[in-house]
Amino acid sequence: MEWSVFQQYGPSLLRGFGNTIICWALGTVFAMALGLVIALIQRYAPRWVTWFVQAYIEVIRGTPFLVQLFVLYYGGPLVGLRLDALPAGLLGLTIYGSPYFAEIFRSGFRAVPHGQIEAARAIGMAETDIVRRILLPLGLVSSLPALVNFSIILTKETVILSIITVPELLYQVQRMSAETFRYVEANLVLALFFWGLVETISRVGRRLETRITKHLIERT
Amino acid sequence: MVAASSVEMRKVNKYYDKFQALKDIDLSILPGKVTCLIGPSGSGKSTLLRCINFLEEYDSGEVRIDGQLIGYDAPNKKMSGRKLREMRRSIGMVFQQFNLWPHMTARENVAEGLIRVRRMSKAEAQRRAAEALVKVGLADKMENHPSRLSGGQQQRVAIARALAMEPKLMLFDEPTSALDPELVGEVLSVMRTLASEGMTMVVVTHEMGFAAHVADQVGFMEKGELVGVDSPDRILHRPEDARIQSFLRTYHERNSF
Repeated sequence: MEWSVFQQYGPSLLRGFGNTIICWALGTVFAMALGLVIALIQRYAPRWVTWFVQAYIEVIRGTPFLVQLFVLYYGGPLVGLRLDALPAGLLGLTIYGSPYFAEIFRSGFRAVPHGQIEAARAIGMAETDIVRRILLPLGLVSSLPALVNFSIILTKETVILSIITVPELLYQVQRMSAETFRYVEANLVLALFFWGLVETISRVGRRLETRITKHLIERT
Repeated sequence: MVAASSVEMRKVNKYYDKFQALKDIDLSILPGKVTCLIGPSGSGKSTLLRCINFLEEYDSGEVRIDGQLIGYDAPNKKMSGRKLREMRRSIGMVFQQFNLWPHMTARENVAEGLIRVRRMSKAEAQRRAAEALVKVGLADKMENHPSRLSGGQQQRVAIARALAMEPKLMLFDEPTSALDPELVGEVLSVMRTLASEGMTMVVVTHEMGFAAHVADQVGFMEKGELVGVDSPDRILHRPEDARIQSFLRTYHERNSF
């Protein structure tokens, strides 16, 4: 093992890790938002609309992220969609992640006891208020573990952005490896960075879970 | 005395696919009167009750609250959501499973409808919610979440939630069936008070004692049919219909030891 190369490549690796975190965080937030919108459409829109949305879910879930990214980045300009690497990567992550998040939200909504929705209808609450005040808060709570889980999966999907030259961690690691032949060291560092990131996310997730379910657990 | 509604049901039918859940239901409920519905499970009692606020959509016939048709503008023409919500505002409902919102405190549960539906200020809603909770004997539990309340307390919060909206009609769907026996009394006593104040009440129940003492009329249902509606005495003590006799016999056998 030869660690001295990190004196030279440390800063670029750190920059790469920073970019990885940015891509992950923004991509996750956007994908989650789009997923939430999709789940609400699935629940409330007329049947023919949900059919289109379902088709979108099937196509995106049924194809590799790598391929989606290629199509978006290299195929996009053919239809006038010319994006820089980073925005393309973010858009790619958003599209790729959204159907999974949508499914998580959908099952979270289904976990809200129907009686609690009926109670709101019975006092004359408008459907939009029911969504905002009852369905969303309760649905989000039951979705939380799965949301955290998929967010963790997404951290590792960010490495695929390297193929469209987003300068994230894997991109920097590959550059360093190619220039120094220190493949093992470079990839070990990559693994450590990811492990640290995932560990942090899962801890934050668990804290959040304890906090927001505090009142929801029946004490016996 | 509170302002109280009347309910008129005429030839109400309800189907689940081929299964007929309600068969030509005719039922008149006068303002301020208490009607108890009894009968075996699966007989359609809850379905009938839920047609009154259109949580269950009946397929034909009429349900009128104070003369106004609920759920439809005309046969086969559904009422708009806005109009339906308007009508539901004055119909309170209490469920077997309480259906409190677990992420809100008792007080927030009661205030929610006042804020969202009656458009009260938060402060005013909180004040009214507190009043309603005092009325059901929960002055010291206002800031508790449902998970910190017993079943009986939860059900009383649910009653307060309905009452705070100042309904003119209250529907109770087996309000004590999910409760431990020792908690039934506290809920029934709140309901008794409500009845004595002149609220129109429709109660699906297995509490024959409550039906006998509080109801103005008792309806017996079986297989989607309203077999008989009469005074509690005539239904519970001197039933003529063999189906009612047999139901009550089973009931007495189960409750004797």
